[in-house]
Amino acid sequence: MQISITVNGQQRTDEVEPRLLLAHYLREVCGLKATNIGCDTTSCGACTVIVDGLSVKSCTVLAAQADGGQVTTLEGLAGPDGEMHPVQQAFREEHGLQCGFCTPGMVMAAVGVLADNPDPTDREIREGLEGNLCRCTGYHNIVRAVRSAAQAGPAAGQVPQAQEVAR
Amino acid sequence: MSILGTRVVRTEDPLFLTRGATYTDDLADDRLVGALHATFVRSTVAHGRLLSVDASAALEAPGVVAVVTAEDVADLVPIPPPFPFVNRAMTRPWLASDRVRFVGDPIAVVLTEERYQGEDAAEMVAVDVDPLPAVVGTAAAASDEVLLFPEAGTNVMASFGQPAPADFFDGCEVVVTQPMVNQRVAPVPLESRAAAAAWGEDGRVTVWCTNQGAQQARGQFGDWLKMDPDLIHLITPDVGGGFGAKIGADPEYALIAWLARHVGRPVRWAENRSENLIGMLHGRAQDQVVTIGGRRDGTIEAYSLVVDQDCGSYPRIGTVLPTLTMLMASGVYGFPRVHAQARALATTTTSIGAYRGAGRPEATSALERAVDLFAAEIGMDPAEVRRKNLLPAFSEPHTTPMGATYDNGDYTTALDRALDAAGYAELRAEQARRRERGDARQLGIGMSVYVEITGADNGAGTGEAASLEVHPDGTATVLTGTSPHGQGHATAWAMIASDQLGIPVERITVVHGDTDRVPQGGGTMGSRSLQQGGAAVHQAAGELVELARQRAAEKLEVDPEDLVVDLGLAGLAVRGTPGTGVTFAELAGDEQLLVQTHFTAAAPTFPFGAHVVVVEVDVESGKAEVARLIAVDDAGTILNPLLAEGQRHGGYAQGVAQALLEEVLYDEDGNPTTSTLADYPFISATELPSFELVEMATPTPMNALGAKGIGEAGTIGATPAVQNAVIDAVAHLGVRHIDMPTTPMRVFRAVQQAQGGN
Amino acid sequence: MIPGSFELVRPASVEEAVAALVEHGDDAKVLAGGHSLLPLMKLRLAMPAVLVDISRIPGLSYVRVEGDEVAIGAGTRHHELEKDAVAAAEVPILPYVASQVGDPQVRHRGTIGGTVAHSDPASDLPTALLALGGTVVVQGPSGRRDIPITEFWLGFFETALAEDELIVEIRVPRTGSAGWAYEKFTRRANDWPIVAAAAVDGRVALANMAGSVVRATATEEALARGASIAEAAALADQGTSPGADMHADQDYRRHLARLLTRRALEKAAGAPAAAA
Repeated sequence: MQISITVNGQQRTDEVEPRLLLAHYLREVCGLKATNIGCDTTSCGACTVIVDGLSVKSCTVLAAQADGGQVTTLEGLAGPDGEMHPVQQAFREEHGLQCGFCTPGMVMAAVGVLADNPDPTDREIREGLEGNLCRCTGYHNIVRAVRSAAQAGPAAGQVPQAQEVAR
Repeated sequence: MSILGTRVVRTEDPLFLTRGATYTDDLADDRLVGALHATFVRSTVAHGRLLSVDASAALEAPGVVAVVTAEDVADLVPIPPPFPFVNRAMTRPWLASDRVRFVGDPIAVVLTEERYQGEDAAEMVAVDVDPLPAVVGTAAAASDEVLLFPEAGTNVMASFGQPAPADFFDGCEVVVTQPMVNQRVAPVPLESRAAAAAWGEDGRVTVWCTNQGAQQARGQFGDWLKMDPDLIHLITPDVGGGFGAKIGADPEYALIAWLARHVGRPVRWAENRSENLIGMLHGRAQDQVVTIGGRRDGTIEAYSLVVDQDCGSYPRIGTVLPTLTMLMASGVYGFPRVHAQARALATTTTSIGAYRGAGRPEATSALERAVDLFAAEIGMDPAEVRRKNLLPAFSEPHTTPMGATYDNGDYTTALDRALDAAGYAELRAEQARRRERGDARQLGIGMSVYVEITGADNGAGTGEAASLEVHPDGTATVLTGTSPHGQGHATAWAMIASDQLGIPVERITVVHGDTDRVPQGGGTMGSRSLQQGGAAVHQAAGELVELARQRAAEKLEVDPEDLVVDLGLAGLAVRGTPGTGVTFAELAGDEQLLVQTHFTAAAPTFPFGAHVVVVEVDVESGKAEVARLIAVDDAGTILNPLLAEGQRHGGYAQGVAQALLEEVLYDEDGNPTTSTLADYPFISATELPSFELVEMATPTPMNALGAKGIGEAGTIGATPAVQNAVIDAVAHLGVRHIDMPTTPMRVFRAVQQAQGGN
Repeated sequence: MIPGSFELVRPASVEEAVAALVEHGDDAKVLAGGHSLLPLMKLRLAMPAVLVDISRIPGLSYVRVEGDEVAIGAGTRHHELEKDAVAAAEVPILPYVASQVGDPQVRHRGTIGGTVAHSDPASDLPTALLALGGTVVVQGPSGRRDIPITEFWLGFFETALAEDELIVEIRVPRTGSAGWAYEKFTRRANDWPIVAAAAVDGRVALANMAGSVVRATATEEALARGASIAEAAALADQGTSPGADMHADQDYRRHLARLLTRRALEKAAGAPAAAA
């Protein structure tokens, strides 16, 4: 079937199998390999991307379900001049990543947390990231990074191609 | 001011944060164009005779190029046990031929044009297994009623040590014995296993695989495939976590290389999580019996630890880990009499390997539980019992009854700092108030004091290679045999070189994980990297300065003794006349400026520390939650606090995870019941507090950096501190011990039983 | 892991969706958010030949007051319910329970219709809906019909929904300021409940104590005849048939059902929780 998706601001049309998962579409069809797959059961969140303004786990969404929509991956988060998004910057400053495998999903989920709640408490950050697993950091510096990113204001909860929340 | 000891953010991160790292499954290398995708068909039966494998239907499925079974790999020699002391009959077939030994045992490989076709076709391979009784748990294994390797005549892979003498506890006023379980856990690096291989026309194979040491993996490939290692170019791309489970190569990786030659096309493989949770090595899995004896005044006189190590089906690193447990049995204490003994046993389960701490957390958990049990028995505060029995501070090497030679240590100070930071007296007062009131939410305070061994000989010798080259453009390259997968060596090794050369960190490139560029190396494991790999870089930088000094002296026509490193210049200047010298870059322009060196460590180092954990236990439900974790971890001189703290944090989380949550489970037929992340309770952010870190640094004399290992301290210290805290929370109700993980049901049951079983 | 192959049908209306269900019979499954179905398909525990994607049908996402009831469109996603002002005012247990489902990403995709149709006994929202009572409005080839919520869940993954019917709306009574509580017991925050208890207006429902979500009828009857919360809660597991797994055996589940029921009732009654 044919699908048309705006990925990181660029619209593209592809012929895909209906069963193609959005995560594989992004990785194999679009060649965007930042989005990782860490489990089979919607548990780990490594594949988190933003679809139509909301964080989702792209391993549990068919590419066909995103047809007509807008998808933002880690690669689409930095500004056009390459300037890092406040969440990316904060993850670096606070050492919120080690091996980096959970990072793309964690960063996108964190953007989602801050979109929902621009000034979260540590507890709210932890609850907001409950669907994203990390084995390296013990989450300590991830929580610090999200708290620090919140200082940047509303930009920390936005993706470059500002999208309306789908209703 | 030196850059060493400062918080330098990682040079790796901008790429990781904007484009993502490049893991094995992300590779878009020209050599892998047209690669086939491998999908393993694995046993769904724990133990049985393999009667037949019928691939005919799968061969007809779309995209299938080949289905490879045991017959096809008959020219490969079964993999022998990795250690000489293991029963030699316990070999591992490449693909099961006559018997399957665990759920997950590879039976066939399907090669397809596309990834999705592989899963479809693998389902169509018909496997007929005649089930045999499963062997689950060490007791079943030790009975030898059902043998995994009948030709071995036993399930015992190896035995270590002797029974304790009959009079070992004679004279003790109090003796406490407790069986305990250090349960099987899954390492779960977020990146599962993956490999890719392509053969060149020159007869060499290039292999990419996710691992913790390319050189070791290449050696195994050579041994297993009977190949000259020079014909193997092994590349370790970015690695998404290892935690010990990616030490060396897995047979699947070597099989991917073999398959690529077999079909004459590149082949790649990336397992999914369900496959990972049954196929990748598990960790821990010890059944232990501790016995501790001493006087009612708190003096401990004798301690015994007996271990049955569940090794899973085929011998891997786990078979040797009980020896580390035994070596560290008496830990931080000066007990006069110490005994340890172990058996390594085969069961029809996933093989056991190293998992963060690898043998030492098991020793510390047993010991710290034993000390708490002793304290409870004599009715003394556990902190007080520890103080009475800790080795006094020492700065000269100390050899324990188990034969470990500690470099230096000050355990009492570590404990006192942790207790002070926790506010121990006030915590006990609050606990007393809650007990008095009979609150549903009780407070538990647990502690542990640990010492561990880091940089132990991993078979590659205690040391590491490094080379350092300054280029004419003023950049520098470090080649290292360590294998970072999150630890930040690219930043840390650059800091070490920068500190001596004045070349900025961001102009120094660290190369690792490519056997053509770095033929020798020990990889990253056992908390060895900084104290050996970092020390090697330090040594290389020193040697490079000396080489540059000779060349600069000739160039400037001055006495070498009159030249000093000018960090601002990134070169050498004549003493007393700054700005007059020559840069390393200029010297490199004259002639290649390169040193290759090898640092040899005199001995391992012994980091130590103390953890205090506060939990709240809902006595009505049994659920425990960690409220605070306060940790002193002394790893000698700290190179980059940002990185060191990150290592500590991760370890704490894994310690809490083992104590509270995680366990790999099998049913009585050997079927895994935790084979997805929906079932395996991997710890998330909501079960953890932010941690309270207390600093303490006792430099080791074993290397010029003064550094001990920090990678595994977190799990070693945190695990028993959490377990002790949970038990402490319900101790006033009569509970003395609860095995890990301290699940709500277990805690609830322990209270019920202590209260008379109502 | 990836799903087996299937044909994707994308109806533009409920009628078209029902027609597709009629055409494909038990070969077809309805896809809404996909967060119950796709995981099963990836594990190949479900291999439908046809998926009917109803997420593009307009007008299935709403929360509105209709008389004494609140009507919720079947396509309403959990995060929408969680943030909905009408729901917060009229039936506050639902936004709270919606916030307890899975994790944010799951709540961004999952729909109330989907979770009701799935009939997992450990589901949060069905537990709350069962305590509320009300109606599941379904549409089939011969039009709409109402199924009382109390009669909707028949067992594990089994409902009163016919093969060719689609859930279009959930209707629950407006509870306004009546006391309510939802006590969910998990080991990790985003786990499915080991046991959960929903209490609202004297009614109690339990998750994971049988093949489907169930009412704690003995507790409700005891409360109706004036028993204390402690006495009534002690009966919460009567008539249940809990299963055993690695987290809890049957006895422990029964204990949790009684404990959580007591806590839920105490909270609903505004009593200071005994076990703060």
